[in-house]
Formats: sequence, structure tokens, C-alpha cells
Amino acid sequence: MWDYTDKVKQLYMHPKNVGKLDNANAVAEVGSIVCGDALKLYLSIDENHVIRDAKFETFGCGSAIASSSALTEMIIGKTVEEAQKITNKDIADYLGGLPEEKMHCSVMGNEALEKAIANWRGEKITDHVDTEGEIICHCFGVTENLIRNVIRENNLKTVEDVTNYTKAGGACGSCIPKIEDILHEMAGEVHEAEVAKAARKPLTNIKRMQLVEETIANVIRPMLQKDGGDIELIDIDNKNVHVGLRGHCVNCMVSDVTLKNLVEAKLREFVEEDIVVHEVK
Amino acid sequence: MERNVYLDNNATTMIAPEVLDAMMPFLKERYGNPSSMHAFGGSVAREVALARMNVARLVGADNDYEIVFTGTGTESDNMAVMGVLAYYRDKRHIITSRVEHPAIISLYKKLEKEGYRVTYVPVDHAGNLDMNALKSSVDDDTAIVSIMYANNETGVIFPVEEIGPFLKERGIPFHVDAVQAAGKIPIEVNRIQCDLLTISGHKFHAPKGIGALYVRRGTRMRPILYGGHQEKGRRPGTENVPGIIGMGKAAELALKHLPDYATKVKALRDRLEKGLLSSFKNSSLNGEAGKRVPNTTNVGFGYIEGEAILLYLDGMGIAASSGSACSSGSLEPSHVLRAMGVPFTSAHGSIRFSLSRYTVAEEIDYVLSVMPEVVNRLLEISPYWDSEKQEPKPMNL
Repeated sequence: MWDYTDKVKQLYMHPKNVGKLDNANAVAEVGSIVCGDALKLYLSIDENHVIRDAKFETFGCGSAIASSSALTEMIIGKTVEEAQKITNKDIADYLGGLPEEKMHCSVMGNEALEKAIANWRGEKITDHVDTEGEIICHCFGVTENLIRNVIRENNLKTVEDVTNYTKAGGACGSCIPKIEDILHEMAGEVHEAEVAKAARKPLTNIKRMQLVEETIANVIRPMLQKDGGDIELIDIDNKNVHVGLRGHCVNCMVSDVTLKNLVEAKLREFVEEDIVVHEVK
Repeated sequence: MERNVYLDNNATTMIAPEVLDAMMPFLKERYGNPSSMHAFGGSVAREVALARMNVARLVGADNDYEIVFTGTGTESDNMAVMGVLAYYRDKRHIITSRVEHPAIISLYKKLEKEGYRVTYVPVDHAGNLDMNALKSSVDDDTAIVSIMYANNETGVIFPVEEIGPFLKERGIPFHVDAVQAAGKIPIEVNRIQCDLLTISGHKFHAPKGIGALYVRRGTRMRPILYGGHQEKGRRPGTENVPGIIGMGKAAELALKHLPDYATKVKALRDRLEKGLLSSFKNSSLNGEAGKRVPNTTNVGFGYIEGEAILLYLDGMGIAASSGSACSSGSLEPSHVLRAMGVPFTSAHGSIRFSLSRYTVAEEIDYVLSVMPEVVNRLLEISPYWDSEKQEPKPMNL
């Protein structure tokens, strides 16, 4: 049994704005019956770009119906420009949250909205708004661009997150290595941007601590965890970083090499040139 | 009006009142360990022995010592397969069907990764086992064949009484997962000629946490747990005495009520099934109509989604189950429906109703009375159904 919020329950039992809109001037369809959920969105947009009415038809589970209803309620009365700012996260928030495994329902709503607006603008309609980028997940027809967007908007970290939000990787699993690559690359992107910003002036103590913590959490720990290890940040004293190695690292013969070549090297790369790492046994 | 109609008895069942009464003394004053030397424990051991006899009778075993009590059906399944493989270490081929319960499928997947050659026997559109495929896959390297008696999702019965003698001739150990058959149809291990057979208490009105494995006298296998002498060393660990007593009582009752399933339960199931199939143009039956356990029906509703149906039913006090992707947390419809090649237009909207001997006609009528509201409401929301014309809309996939 899913842990749905009262808002979700209320909206799947009594969805608003169900049906077709005869005077719609923007229509979009996303998902398919093969995939297990689909949404058809109808919008009526006036000459001042205001969305006067919105209706939907949905094939899908309770949270798909609730997400569709929420979307229409959120956009009616808004201008196209305002509506475009709505993200899948906003839809989920409107519902008081969705179970992680159901986040893809909110993504579907967001996709339908983008596609309908593109349709209104007279842009070419394809399966996904993002025509650029190859299809990564062939089971559910998910493109690279969609995956990148949800990772960025929702700050996703793992393949499981990406599957929950887009379904990609949820069936045969053959695209999981590709999703890993994208995640890895994007983790780097975010980090490089932050580092570049920080590099302009000498670090304050607080900024240094933040960067050390982030680097350990986003770069070092995932690498150690691949081999069953882990790391705990114990103290930061100016440029001396004190850490404890955990998990398999504890009994690892080459843990001191790990300390220098991985932990210290990464901290020097991402934080400051002259960081020194000490192990607390 | 709060209705409470429970039609998910293939998932679990209520504890029969007589079963609970039988168990209570062993949860209270009669807490002795059956292995103890004193009479306080010894008298409990005698009750455990009686329970074992009742379970042996339920599956038609010759000897009570052929019954090993375990924790769950899953444990029995694992013990059967792993136990036999531990004995026949040089044989590297194992056979099962594509539609087994996860207790077997997941184990076989793990064994496959470890290097075993695995044959997953397919089923046809009605869920019937491909017997030719099964027979032709057997070879000198085959260590064990594990086939379910009745499928949990569709209720379809497999011809284990034909498979058993075929394997016996070739000396290949045969395990039957009879979890969904026990208490619903007669089980005769000597007619099946199986070596091992799994049953689970909570599927026939005993509590959860008690299962059993029938092990034919002389079956070559090794334990998967090591410890004391309990269950003759085949499943060490202090016995779940209240569970065993409950399972014994439930087995006795199940045997007594078997005729109810062939008559009363079957009639109610058929009434529900006919009612659904005749009321909805978008409905179809999943599974071979004639060869099923009498309590199960699996109906596919086209163009609407199963979890949504379940949530609506739940709102009306009706508990059922679905093979849809969304309800399980996976993203694909159930492996059983996929193996059968159920069309994608109805695979996501498949609902299983499973009855018990406690189900009454009023409950079936209540379900039939509210289903139109549920199905038609979801059809109205669906982009694939034209509610005016009462037909599917043309779709581009």
C-alpha cells in the first residue's frame, strides 16, 4: 500500500477538470498504454497568453490521476510564461509530496505541459519536447535530455532516483550504465561550477568547510562505497582535515594509499591545493 | 456504511476461529519446549506430533515424519531446491516455469548467476504449461525440477500428476510449490509422485510465519540450516509451537471443508466472474477457465489501470489485488501476465479476486453492484476509451 497524502487521495477519488476540451488550442499526449501510464492534456489559451481552461484524460495509477488533476488546477488562470516555470517538483509539492517510486507521475504532468505549450506555439511535435539527445531507455522511451532535466531540477544522485522520476532503467535495466555515466558527468559539472566560483578568492573557513563536506559526500564517499568502504569527517582544523575510514577500508591493506591518492588528492583538486588529510584511527 | 469485503485470500487469509482457540494455550500456559525431558515440554511434543499428522493428511503423505515444519512457504521452497542441489553437486541443470512465485524465480535467478544452466518452461496464452518444452528440456545433468501446483495470480492448475511419473522414471527429484493449492483442491503426494512439496499455513487460515515441506522418505538432500536435532536435523531451531498447532488445526479444517471449495466457493467465484465479464465490454478473463483452483479469478479491464481500480475498490471497502506495474512498485506488469502474453491494453488493468470458504453471496453481489461505478469512472478519465460510443479510441502507440 502506497503512503499517499490526503491531497493525493482526494484528487484521485475526485479529480477535477476531467475530459476533453472542444475549443482547445493546445493539445499534448505523453506516455503510452504500453508503459502503464499516459496523459492527454487540453489547454485553451487566449490572445493575452492566459490559460483560460485546462482538461485532461489519464490512463494510470492513483498518483497519475492526482498529478494530472493538480497540474490543471495549478495552471488555469496563469499565463503561458508563468505556467512554463512550473516544474515536476511543484506538482509534487502541490500534492503534499509523492512516494519516491511515483515521482515519474509528476514528471509526466510537467512533460505534457511543456509539450502542449510547444504545440500552441506551433513548434513541431515529437514524442518528447526534447528532440535533441538520444533515447537512453528504450523500454519507456526516455531521452537523455529528459533525464538531464530531472537530475538538475530535483538534484538526483542515484540511478534509483532517476528510475523513480522518469522510469528509465526500470524494466530491462540495460540503460543503467548510461544513466550512471550521465549522473557521474553531471555530478562533475555541478561541482566544477562551484569550484570555479570559489577559486576566485581565498577561501573563508566556513566556505572551506562546506567545500570539504561536499567533496567528501559527492565525490569521495561514492568512490569508496563502490568497494564497500566509507568515510567519516571528524574535524576540520584550518587546512588539516581529519577523517576516519569505515567499512571495508578499516581492514584494507592499502588504506593509507587511499588516504593520500584518493581522499587528499580529491580534496586538493576540489577545495584547495594545500589541504592535508590525517586519519583518525 | 463501512463495508469490509476481503477478496484477496491468495495473498493471505483470516485465522479461523477454531485455529486461534487451538493455539491460545500454547501462547499462554503451555509454553514448554517440546525437546525438554520434563513432562511440561513432553506434553507439548505430543501436540506437535498430532499437528504433524494433520498436515501429513492434508497432502496425502504416508508418514508424519515426511512433514518438516518451516517458517514460511518461501523457506520451504528454498530448502527444497538448495537442499537437493547441495546433495547432487555434480548436476548443473535446473528446471522451473516462467510463472513461478518469486520464492522460486528469484532463487533460480541467483543460481543462474552462479553458473547453473536454467530452463524456464513457457506457458501459453491461457497460462497452461508447455509440457513438450518441459519434457524435452530434461537431460542427464538435470538436478531438480520445481513446478507450482496452482498459479497464485491466475489460479491455473499445472499437470503435476503427469510431470511426477515422467520425472520418477528418469530419477529426477521433483519439487511442487503447492502453496496456492493447499486447502482449495485435494493434494495427493503419491499420485503426483513428487519428492518435495511446499505448503504455507497462512494461505489456509493458519497464522503467518508457519510453513511446511513434505519430504518423501528417502529423498537425498542436505539441510540449509545447521543447529540442533529439531525436525530430525532437517530444519534445526526451536519449533514455532503455536504456529505448528495452528497449522495442524487449519489443515484438519481445510480437509473437512475441501468439498465446499468445489461447490460453494466455486459457485460464488463463477458468479463474480460471469457478472464482471458480462457487464463490461472492456473485460476479459486471464487464465484457462476450466483448469483453475475454485477460489481465484483474474479479470483484465482494458484501457484502465489496475492500481487505480484497487484504490477505488479500497475506498468502497473491497480488498483485491492487481498484477499491474504501479501497485507493485515495479514498472512492468506481472511476470505471469507477461509470460502469458496478455495484451498490453489489459495487462496493466488486471485484477485478481480470490475468495475463501468464508466468502458469502452478499459480498459478491456488493462487488458486482459497485464495479460499474469504478470501471466507468476510470473509463471516463481514460484517453483510450470513447465512453459515448462504448469502444476503444484509435490510438497511436
